[in-house]
Amino acid sequence: MILKGVFIILSFYILGIVSSNLIGGLIPGSVCGMLLLFVALCGGIVKPDSVRSVARALTHNMAVLFVPAGVGIMAQYDLIAQNWVGIITITIMCTLLVLLSTGGIAQYLNNRFKNNNINKSK
Amino acid sequence: MKDILSSTPAMLLLVIGSYYIGTLLYRRLRSAWVHPVAVAMILCIVVLLILGIDYSTFQAGTAFLDFLLGPTVVALGYLLYEQLEHLRGREIAIFVATIIGASVGIASVVLLGYFFNLDEALIASLAPKSATMPIAIPLSEQSGGLPAITAVVVFLTGIVGSLIGPWLLDKCGITHPIARGLALGSASHGIGTSRAIELGAIEGAVSGLAIGLTGVAISLLLPLVEWMI
Repeated sequence: MILKGVFIILSFYILGIVSSNLIGGLIPGSVCGMLLLFVALCGGIVKPDSVRSVARALTHNMAVLFVPAGVGIMAQYDLIAQNWVGIITITIMCTLLVLLSTGGIAQYLNNRFKNNNINKSK
Repeated sequence: MKDILSSTPAMLLLVIGSYYIGTLLYRRLRSAWVHPVAVAMILCIVVLLILGIDYSTFQAGTAFLDFLLGPTVVALGYLLYEQLEHLRGREIAIFVATIIGASVGIASVVLLGYFFNLDEALIASLAPKSATMPIAIPLSEQSGGLPAITAVVVFLTGIVGSLIGPWLLDKCGITHPIARGLALGSASHGIGTSRAIELGAIEGAVSGLAIGLTGVAISLLLPLVEWMI
């Protein structure tokens, strides 16, 4: 089961890299692979059972994979020291802007279309 | 001895070990500031500095973990599928809100970036910051950003959203559980989602879905923005 899952995930990764190249590298290969896997699952080409265990194992522990990239700041010390005010201000402001715009619009649309589909999700 | 300390197994052990210590600490203290990723990053940097191992050696030793980011993003396609099944009938509201949120995120980074006079490599590093880490890193690389800066900023984005998010949503009268979950996941990816799960089951599920959708939206919008400027 695990072997099959790894096989499917890697196949879609390669398919994603190929399609990324075809569109001139606009979207990273892994993201293309994710979209293709999603479409294949929706279309019934890939059975959810066949990838479930591998997909969960990878995504449940993915935070550890961010550590090496983060350690890279030790090589970028000067750039951060020069720009930290801008970086931190932008990070805080933009995060809160995304939070409010997404939340506000989702709430507006949900209330607006309440009558069309009454609380389908519990 | 130096050879052994800077070998691939030693570098992998350093990352896994410091992350493991981070999870133990997090379980005891339960504060967003001691997130295992932050603890692990700091521990790794301290150990590397003490042992006098440079970043390129570390990078070569942990290449396997970098590789795994790719299959992990592909695996997110499965999570997206699984979560979308639970939210049938709400798709349009969810899609529209996510796309607008992602656009606001990219536009505000670019505009404020020019305002603060940041150079282009920094703006490119910050632009995908609301996307989940494995998606944000290749996006940043692709548009001339610095993956290390992106990693740190993405992490900060998660912390900011999960610490201030629920309070700000209350203040602004955003009370609908779907809207709250979506907002936390879109703005603050996985770290926001772990906060959303604490708020409730619906919030958690929608937030998980928002991670994948926002990742897709940002990957599609970013090339468009680059093409425009």
